[in-house]
Amino acid sequence: MSDLTLQSISELRDGFAKKSFSALEVTEAYIKRIEKRSSLNAFLTVVADKAISEARQADQELAKGGSANKPLLGVPVAIKDVLLTKGVRTTCASKMLDNFVPPYSATAFQKLCDAGAIMLGKTNMDEFAMGASNENSAYGAVRNPWDESRVPGGSSGGSAAAVAARLAPIALGSDTGGSIRQPASLCSIVGIKPTYGRVSRWGLVAFASSLDQIGPFARNVRDAAIVTKVIAGHDRRDSTSMELAVPDYEAVLGRSVKGLRIGVPKEYFAEGINAEVEKSVRQAISELTRLGAQVVEISLPHTPLALAVYYIIAPAEASSNLARYDGVRYGHRASKAKDLMDLYCQTRAEGFGREVKRRIMIGSYVLSSGYYDAYYNQAQKVRALVAQDFKNAFAQHCDVIACPASPTTAFKIGEKSADPLAMYLADIFTVHVNLVGLPGIVVPCGFDSQKLPIGLQLIGKPFDEETLFQTAYAYEQATAWHKELPLEGK
Amino acid sequence: MALSAEEVAKIAKLSRLNITPDEAQSYAKDLSAILEYVNQLSAVDVSTVEAMTHVHGSKNVFRADQAEESMPVKEVLSNAPDVSGQFIRVPLVVEHNTEH
Repeated sequence: MSDLTLQSISELRDGFAKKSFSALEVTEAYIKRIEKRSSLNAFLTVVADKAISEARQADQELAKGGSANKPLLGVPVAIKDVLLTKGVRTTCASKMLDNFVPPYSATAFQKLCDAGAIMLGKTNMDEFAMGASNENSAYGAVRNPWDESRVPGGSSGGSAAAVAARLAPIALGSDTGGSIRQPASLCSIVGIKPTYGRVSRWGLVAFASSLDQIGPFARNVRDAAIVTKVIAGHDRRDSTSMELAVPDYEAVLGRSVKGLRIGVPKEYFAEGINAEVEKSVRQAISELTRLGAQVVEISLPHTPLALAVYYIIAPAEASSNLARYDGVRYGHRASKAKDLMDLYCQTRAEGFGREVKRRIMIGSYVLSSGYYDAYYNQAQKVRALVAQDFKNAFAQHCDVIACPASPTTAFKIGEKSADPLAMYLADIFTVHVNLVGLPGIVVPCGFDSQKLPIGLQLIGKPFDEETLFQTAYAYEQATAWHKELPLEGK
Repeated sequence: MALSAEEVAKIAKLSRLNITPDEAQSYAKDLSAILEYVNQLSAVDVSTVEAMTHVHGSKNVFRADQAEESMPVKEVLSNAPDVSGQFIRVPLVVEHNTEH
């Protein structure tokens, strides 16, 4: 029954309705595959018994005719371990939270549950969402299903690998500087970071509060649209979530892209981009013009500064958010502390990995007295300039922006981990979107000569996920990239 | 923008992180490279720009000042490393002054 793991959400719903298969059979098929592909190290916690029991319950509900307001009834899902799941261990891939069991659930996760989804487990990630390769996990690196000697991207590497390797049909990730979009690009799947404020951050373990967003991974655009609709919406417990109605994203799929103006920013195709990546992305843009869209060359002049802005603001916010890990109320506590100060300093020395410590220290430094103006304040002002570039482009020239998601295809495990700055450059095409709060989607657009995936990134106006889904779907349906699957050895 | 090991030791203390002298040297190298990179922002003319702290400019999102259900104490303490009754036990915070 291995083809159960090839079914999209719509095909699963259809199969359940026609009684071709049961929710239990589907969940069991996925659990089998998770075990089979354990070498990928995609999961940190698998809740097989719980999932099976929920699948049986889903089958009972399906037998009674299912439920119109449970669009994901019986659909398995994997959840990045940065999201709180009540009663199920949540580690953020850190020793600091090795034994942490949340007393409440993230809103986005709860919405999936309310829609009938069945959680298979929690996926591996870069520690506290800091990284672009999933090599910063305290529980080992995740491997790219397309080439297990390579990274799946990060920080949502586990979720991306799980969906790409058919260990779950959909997964939730989070994106602060590219952590959904870059792994989607490296793993040949669809990933979307909705507009900041579209999805509640309640229960998302905070990294950088002005940048973090939750979003889905899926093997096709329609599934991503379905899940986005389920998790989006105002939440009074997140004061940054916006009181805006959530459109029916599925309804725009199939709309023509005739006349759509696609902005192609010249600064994104300058230095640093791999030639094969550039070729695939440009071909994808050509395909969209063949479908009737218009290309408009645009300039986003502050593009080269965005990474520097991000690596001041994100660590600054992280240093504040991670101050709560002090060994007092939850998480790791150092065992031989002589006094309170020692408790804090030793707990944090033991609980955090190197990259997390680096970012906390950068953050403390740029916020410290004497440096705050030169670094943090300056960065917040350049941030406004980056935002202005996008505002001008959308107001005057284009409806959507197209560009690469990653400057390279999947690199080898260990290749960039010795040089933090080299790793930071992996985010060069994604951070702007977080700084400005825009929505960004990635859809597969080809492979390089080593059969490593390449993704096309589309960036939209605030709260215009509809245009992203519409455009991504049109491209997907005109190509066959989304039908490719990674090979599996014997 | 090179940071010395001493400066890193100070930053580590501010960040409440214990690091060894060797680690201070190693982090000094990493952090100096990062600060060198982000320093390019100092050349940007921002004289006409306001700092952007929130992407959508929403302000003062409040709820009504009404008491609501809190999390039960048992759940709050469920992950605490050292519990005593309804309290969390920690090393002594305030020194006893035994002299009068």
